[in-house]
Amino acid sequence: MKLIIAYINPFKLDEVRDALRETGVSGMSAGQIQGFGRQAGHTETYRGAEYEVDFVPKVRIEVLVDDALAPAVISAIETRARTDSIGDGKIAVLAVEDVIRIRTGERGKDAI
Amino acid sequence: MDTGDTAWMLTSSALVLLMTPGLALFYGGMVRAKNLLAMLMKNYVAMGVVTVTWILVGYSLAFSGDWKLGDWGILGDLKLFGLGEFNDRQLGTDNAVFGLTIPDAAHMVFQMMFAIITPALIAGAVAERMKFSAWVWFIGIWSIIVYAPLAHWVWGGGFIFSQIKAVDYAGGLVVHINAGAAALALVLVLGPRTGWKQTIIRPNALPLTVLGAGLLWFGWFGFNAGSALAANGAAANAFVTTQVAAAVAAMAWVISEQVVHGRPTTLGFASGAVAGLVAITPAAGFVSPLWAVVIGIAAGVLCFTALRIKVAFNFDDSLDVVAVHLVGGIVGALLLGLFADKAIGGVDGLFFGAPEQFLRQLASVAVAFGYSFVVSYVLARILSRTIGLRVSENEERQGLDITQHHEQAWVLGE
Repeated sequence: MKLIIAYINPFKLDEVRDALRETGVSGMSAGQIQGFGRQAGHTETYRGAEYEVDFVPKVRIEVLVDDALAPAVISAIETRARTDSIGDGKIAVLAVEDVIRIRTGERGKDAI
Repeated sequence: MDTGDTAWMLTSSALVLLMTPGLALFYGGMVRAKNLLAMLMKNYVAMGVVTVTWILVGYSLAFSGDWKLGDWGILGDLKLFGLGEFNDRQLGTDNAVFGLTIPDAAHMVFQMMFAIITPALIAGAVAERMKFSAWVWFIGIWSIIVYAPLAHWVWGGGFIFSQIKAVDYAGGLVVHINAGAAALALVLVLGPRTGWKQTIIRPNALPLTVLGAGLLWFGWFGFNAGSALAANGAAANAFVTTQVAAAVAAMAWVISEQVVHGRPTTLGFASGAVAGLVAITPAAGFVSPLWAVVIGIAAGVLCFTALRIKVAFNFDDSLDVVAVHLVGGIVGALLLGLFADKAIGGVDGLFFGAPEQFLRQLASVAVAFGYSFVVSYVLARILSRTIGLRVSENEERQGLDITQHHEQAWVLGE
């Protein structure tokens, strides 16, 4: 089992979610985050005071998948989140020791 | 008594009251999230405190009688302590004080709303660091020893009106220069916020600020058009000049931003509108709508410029009370000395053949600024030495909402 974590542009969330559905994943989580990478920050101006803000808004998505499904999910995120410009984000793939469905107590692949 | 006038004055009183919640949101959106409720409270508590000081002694000191030093009217008397004399005349049946066509109670409550919002304006300067208890003491005492005398000098028959012969339609001197000077005094005693100029201090919710500016704009029609103290042509002219100056100043501000920073900002539009409203306040009933355009341009450009030169001074006027209210108030009070037209409000300015009016306005600005600054400074120093003005540095870092009020503005989760 794998936990796939991806940091993507907020405006790509809907597209990525649709692509993930097509691969057959049974669920995902998404949250608004702020971060910095190679993409530079931006300037904000409040009443004439200009601030350099390093953090840019991103969305972090997390998907739990069976090993067999992982390559399709990674490829779906990779192709759909890409704009070919700086700031497209990253995908991390983590090995998962166990998964438990809280309601039923199922474990492992059955709990995904 | 005139029922139409009375209806308009009661309506205007409610409009002016609404400006204080509007001001609370205007300021609240600009502070960090950890200080949002504390900022709202500093404004709202003015409604709680000044309502009481006003009916007890404030209104009487401002508008009852005229105690003179030589020919110079200095202060009212205490005959209307607790509004007692009102009751003797059967509350609210006529206006004995100035022979107006509205009840005493209507005049009193309209003026009360001005007495409330004026100290609330100061709150923007002391944002994010002044102790709540010190604030309550400050505005309570200030409303009696600074606001009431100044209101008397300008509107209660005192020396600015009778000897200097300067005019102030709706509170350029009494409200805006007064609050701006007090803000400057408090900031000098209080010192800057911890981390000021070292960390980025950004507004937490500008939509609140924009909503607040909208409520201020709406309420300002009561402020300026209500200052006709009647429902008549003067009120209508003040209503029009108010709208014009606010609109023009907002545009002048964002155009200045476009030129200097390359972007027009939402906060700039809201700030410009308020600057225009401030500047037209003393002039609303004395100038024509076209001169209101000029006042609007001057307010937008000069208040925006005041912000830019603020960085040269090393004081943390956190939400720019000096740049908007002191500078805007001075702009309006002086330009009225140029653009006033006897055909509109009974007073001529320099452009209409009365250069002495400009000098009178200049003198009144100096008196209002000087009195408010000096007394506010002394009061702030006394409070600083006794109960202390600031929260501790640790409390400041945690935020005033938690440490002063045991609350949070935005709570995550259910």
